Amino acid sequence: MADEVVLELRGITKRFPGVVANDHVDLDLKRGEVHALLGENGAGKSTLMNVLYGLYRHDEGEIVLNGKPTSFSSAKDAIRAGIGMVHQHFMLIPVMTAAENIVLGNEPTEGHVLLDYREARKEVDEISRTFGFFIEPDRLIQDMTVGQQQRVEIVKALYRRADILILDEPTAVLTPQEAMELFGILNSLKVEFMSIIFISHKLNEVLEIADRITVLRRGKNVGTVPREGATEPELARMMVGRDVVLRVEKGEAKPAETLLDVADLHASDDRGVAKVRGASFQVRAGEIVGIAGVDGNGQTELIDCITGLRHPESGSITVAGKPLPANASPRQVLDAGLGHVPEDRHRRGLVLDFTLAENLVLHDFEKEPNSKRGWLFPEGIVRRARGLLRQFDVRGGGAQTRAAALSGGNQQKVVLAREIGRDPRVLLAAQPTRGLDVGAIEFVHRRLVEERDKGRAILLISLELDEILSLSDRILVIYEGEIVGEYPPTVTEETLGIAMTGGTVPGEAAA
Amino acid sequence: MTEAPTPHETGQEPEPQPLGFAARFHVWQRAGGIAVPLLTTVFAFFMGGLVVLAVSHKNPLETYREIFNGSGLNWFGSFCSSSGTATSIPCVATTNLQQTLIQFTVLALTGLAVAFAFRCGMFNIGGQGQYIVGTLAAVWLGTSLSGLPPAIHVLLCIVGAALAGALWAGIAGFLKAAVGAHEVITTIMLNYIAVWTASYLISGPLQDPASENAAPISKQIDAGAQLPVIWDQDLNGGIHLPQGLHMGVFIALGALVLYWVVLNRTTLGYAVRAVGFNPEAARYGGISVSRNYFLAMAISGAFAGLAGSMDILGWQFRLDLTSVSSTGYSQIAFIGIAVALLGRNTAGGVFLAAMLFAALKTGTSTRNLDPTVFKPELANNLTQLIQGLVVLFVGADVLILYLWTKGKKLRLPTRKGSPV
Repeated sequence: MADEVVLELRGITKRFPGVVANDHVDLDLKRGEVHALLGENGAGKSTLMNVLYGLYRHDEGEIVLNGKPTSFSSAKDAIRAGIGMVHQHFMLIPVMTAAENIVLGNEPTEGHVLLDYREARKEVDEISRTFGFFIEPDRLIQDMTVGQQQRVEIVKALYRRADILILDEPTAVLTPQEAMELFGILNSLKVEFMSIIFISHKLNEVLEIADRITVLRRGKNVGTVPREGATEPELARMMVGRDVVLRVEKGEAKPAETLLDVADLHASDDRGVAKVRGASFQVRAGEIVGIAGVDGNGQTELIDCITGLRHPESGSITVAGKPLPANASPRQVLDAGLGHVPEDRHRRGLVLDFTLAENLVLHDFEKEPNSKRGWLFPEGIVRRARGLLRQFDVRGGGAQTRAAALSGGNQQKVVLAREIGRDPRVLLAAQPTRGLDVGAIEFVHRRLVEERDKGRAILLISLELDEILSLSDRILVIYEGEIVGEYPPTVTEETLGIAMTGGTVPGEAAA
Repeated sequence: MTEAPTPHETGQEPEPQPLGFAARFHVWQRAGGIAVPLLTTVFAFFMGGLVVLAVSHKNPLETYREIFNGSGLNWFGSFCSSSGTATSIPCVATTNLQQTLIQFTVLALTGLAVAFAFRCGMFNIGGQGQYIVGTLAAVWLGTSLSGLPPAIHVLLCIVGAALAGALWAGIAGFLKAAVGAHEVITTIMLNYIAVWTASYLISGPLQDPASENAAPISKQIDAGAQLPVIWDQDLNGGIHLPQGLHMGVFIALGALVLYWVVLNRTTLGYAVRAVGFNPEAARYGGISVSRNYFLAMAISGAFAGLAGSMDILGWQFRLDLTSVSSTGYSQIAFIGIAVALLGRNTAGGVFLAAMLFAALKTGTSTRNLDPTVFKPELANNLTQLIQGLVVLFVGADVLILYLWTKGKKLRLPTRKGSPV
């Protein structure tokens, strides 16, 4: 039974005008295996799964399910055939309970009219207990963590009798602990002979959970390998098509004077809940200080306070020796010498409808030589933009291209070009590689180390422990708005993980 | 394991799929930038044609040709050759064209008023109120301040009206900036305040007690405050037809150029556009969002106020109660919304859309349409019909664009959400 192939994709080709998204892709899925689909953003992973799930029609090739050629014209068909998909963004109704969400569209009824809620709860409870989900059927979705919501989505697929489960980047929204719990669930599903397709671009988690790994690059299957014997560098090369430096190569840090000094900072979020509660730390010239923490422990509010986007309730911030006033505007902070790579480049980092040239002068359009007495000089702005775009190797568009037309990696390079191009003393990089592929991550990391070596003080705030560990010269852990510990970069992920959730490890306490 | 490296691989290249998609989207959008408003207009006229057919049982194309001729735009092909009046004085086509251009002047300005606020991400629905305070300022300054040199008097009236409009809209801008009050609500409320303030002033302080007019009416503005007429028809014996084309058309054209220059060549325009596209990114960039909300609204109101002064100083010369009442005939600033929507908030687009609506308004006005072609009482409604259809379709087009872009991103979940 173990080697039985439940699903086969043969020569799937899907063309969009001007692009071949999938080029004769073959893939087979065995009963009871976790099959990882690995590839960079835009490699064609999601397109392939959408073909399988009946959302796209393929142009060539065939789908063979349990030995029979099949074709789905809608997701409904796919669900009926036993395929379930959990998308990155959940489709749950927040004001309804877990059980109500799970049975939605497939409700058990009493006399074909009334919803049999008791029956629904019973079934949900049964599934949840079989696989160890620990879902409370009566809990409202809005009161659940992201990890719990994801489990509700999985149970929903199981409730619809899925035996093939597609998970689209499931760990992107999870904390490391939640990801571990998810892997536990996937293992118990395997035992029940569920087949799972696990889409990801993260090498380490693919090596951890998958039985076999198929790598897509530019719409082509470049190979399927068993987990045994596969290594991160090898997979990275398959994904990108060349050797990739996974570990950032960096020399010894030579920290000099303190450039960013945050002392006893207190701040609340928009709802007035205290989020930063007495955070204090320094960043010196020529070092990268990483702040690790579980999402929602005050990182966002801390970033907003340092950059003037939020006013702290108390405490002080000093940038390059200049104390900032308590109600400093973003303008004042920028002028004090702080560069800021924001968490969310679409919401904040870029005006997507502006050209790249316009985006590059977002901070300095009112200064010479970009403008004088209110008059803009577009020619000069475009000319200087060309230089910066070349210097930062931005591809996919020129100075006059709209920012929205670029890929995520190139958009992030534009943000970096703008922030570093202003020659800041302090650079605050928040989640600088979120959503980027391996090649772009490598570029961003290398650039941050280079800027460190030029004597800038770099504050890195990230939810990716890997990134914190490989870039930082000192690691701070934030927990419930306080800096609860400082660690050298040699610290283990486990120790950080425990500190991030408020625990302490004997002997490895704060330095 | 089979790895198949392709020979031309050099470093990381832009991922093909998102780039391809985004690039296609860009091209589509740019093509759509011209094609969609055109299609919208054609479709609106098509629907209007069906109404013509249903009501008058006549060939809509005939009606449209009459409207076209009635707008005076036929003046361009052949000088004064329409309806056999080539040599007659006054020339009908010339009069019609002058009327169309007078309408264009005001429509372009009220269109710009709506468009400028749109570019800052706001919907200024209060153009009518700002227009009314503009007319009030023009009447007040035009009837007082006698004895000034004409050029200075006119200029003062124009500037005063623009400032009055700016102040009026600035209230809404200030409220949005200070307490986040939504500009749609505040500008609508300010419309009513403007209407009733005007009603009071016209039947009170500004009223002409000597007038025998049935409804209260203001005094006529000084001759020195009137905009010079640049194109009228000289009847034999030195008698001029009233309402020749006044100089305001150049002011409107100048405003269109100014609009483009401010948006594209000044730091103010940059900031306004940044706030309009993405206020959060603008704030992050060091731009004061609230300051730009206020400024954009005030500039928007200045355009509407300017429009009001054009009507007073150019041809009305006085203000009567019926023309300001909310049910009165002067709803010109509301057509400005259609102009801005159809013109896609660009200077060129507003120019064309204002010309279209001006021609339509003049061409369908009862005196220009032969009753045998179209019932006169329905002729005016045709303008409103087409205006309404354009707003509807432009609105629908925005909706389609919205769904199209969102749909691409949300496709999976929405489809998935469908019950089994």
